[in-house]
Amino acid sequence: MGVSSKLGNLGIVTTTVEQAVNHARTGAMWPLLFGLACCAIEYMSSQASSYDLSRFGMELNRATPRQADLLIVSGRLTRKMAPVVRQLYDQMAEPKWVISMGDCASCGGVYNNYAIVQGVDEIIPVDVYVAGCPPRPEQLLHGILTLHEKVKGERIADWA
Amino acid sequence: MAVAEQTQSIEEQRRWEGSLDQLRGLVSERAITGETMLLNMGPHHPSTHGVLRLLLELDGEQIVSCLPDIGFLHTGIEKSLEDKSYEKALPLTDRMDYLSPMSNNMAYAAAVEKLLDLDVPERGQIIRVVCLELARCASHLVWLGTHAIDMGAMSVLLYAFRERERILGMFEMLSGQRMMSSYIRPGGVWRDVPDDFLPTIKQFLNDFPYKVDDYEALLTKNPIWKDRAQGVGVIEPDVALAYGMTGPALRGSGVNWDLRKAQPYCGYETYDFNVPLGEHGDVYDRYLIRIHEFRESMKILNQAVARLETVKGPYRSQNNKYCPPLRSELGQSMEAVIHHFKLWTYGYDAPDEEIYNAIESPRGEIGCYIHGTGANKPRRVHFKTPSFIHISALPVVSKGYLLADMVAIIGSVDIVLGDCDR
Repeated sequence: MGVSSKLGNLGIVTTTVEQAVNHARTGAMWPLLFGLACCAIEYMSSQASSYDLSRFGMELNRATPRQADLLIVSGRLTRKMAPVVRQLYDQMAEPKWVISMGDCASCGGVYNNYAIVQGVDEIIPVDVYVAGCPPRPEQLLHGILTLHEKVKGERIADWA
Repeated sequence: MAVAEQTQSIEEQRRWEGSLDQLRGLVSERAITGETMLLNMGPHHPSTHGVLRLLLELDGEQIVSCLPDIGFLHTGIEKSLEDKSYEKALPLTDRMDYLSPMSNNMAYAAAVEKLLDLDVPERGQIIRVVCLELARCASHLVWLGTHAIDMGAMSVLLYAFRERERILGMFEMLSGQRMMSSYIRPGGVWRDVPDDFLPTIKQFLNDFPYKVDDYEALLTKNPIWKDRAQGVGVIEPDVALAYGMTGPALRGSGVNWDLRKAQPYCGYETYDFNVPLGEHGDVYDRYLIRIHEFRESMKILNQAVARLETVKGPYRSQNNKYCPPLRSELGQSMEAVIHHFKLWTYGYDAPDEEIYNAIESPRGEIGCYIHGTGANKPRRVHFKTPSFIHISALPVVSKGYLLADMVAIIGSVDIVLGDCDR
């Protein structure tokens, strides 16, 4: 049945648990359906027809943090919103990763004032920073692929 | 560090030690006794179009009352503008209503021009009209895609964003940026349209009406869409006027008020177009109006592109006290170098007066109030934004409808939280 009947005897494939797990994790990393500001619109663009994130197994946005692997903080993070984002991050199940999308999420961007948290890494750990105001969908795709590279390099010893 | 303290105290924040008495006066007495249910919607919710929080009081599935909680995207833009010279403040206005940055630019630039008594050459006005109408289409396309997803029609977003990418490509051609273009500036526009812009926009104008037909084929006669939209979220004309609603949300109730007709700017009075009006004021009428606005925008764009080919001349004011001289002049004219240096270091002085100027953005009237100081920075800049007003009307609009209709109502008044909180 399935692919083996079409391709004949596939023989034995050897791999390591690390590689198999990391392959699975990068092949279907579900992002949280979450947007803050302008970058969320570019994030939508990268999910829509022209850029098509589903090429990387990421078309499925989960609206609940319990089912999400990846938090893309897309947009400026205000002080009123900061506890909410922290709570969303805490509710995500391990393993989880964070991409800080755009200048505002990475470092406060053009806003250095009373309202904006100067970088989302003040409240949650960030794996990949994507620069741009807002970043183009290509830039976000590059950030996601960079994260995939990082995940592929993770080792059992570090899983804890 | 205040933020660190904030996050440390998250555990404490989660334990809500308040009592329902705190809500007395905000919700009905029935909620205090537990007869009706209080439901929190947002700020992280896929259908709130941003970070809006609604406290809903439900009787079964029926909405008894709705308390919007805004400010999750308060960015302090108005305060930041007070510390920047007029020219340098422009990029911040892009980021308020991030679905149509061109409209924000226009509202701000037109207000500064009014304050300075600065004239814009005809070609600059035409380019502005082209940008504004393209921005209207781009904004309505996002609205169409997200509104359809909220109501369960998943595929419309893919169609809508296909065309939006083409518009963003044109913005990139003009300004070098897809979204935050900062292209419309006090005195005109940043630069003339590039040579390959006209063929591109003509091709777009050729295709786009058929694409609008596609959207209509997916939705307009779709029985599920009609069931979800017709008779839902009815806004009576007097309610809409009392709350100060503008744009498609007001015109859906049949009130003929469009600033492009009522207080023309950018030479809109010379273009031939209609203002579509609704009859019932429900979600479906507001949907139809935006679909018709696509077609009306196409009409305006066709006329504007024809004028762009015939009207030549400067695209921004030649008054070098307020607008930078051409790059080519810098190598030849000492005066141009002085103007250039003065503009990008100090800026320019604006009179100690207060002015208000409003334009029609895709969402409604976006107005800009500026109080000058006589120096190069304003004393106060304030934006009257449509989203803020539309959110304030949500409680009265949603009353009595079902919880599932709430997402339809939020989508149909088309709010952008960046526009509301700024």
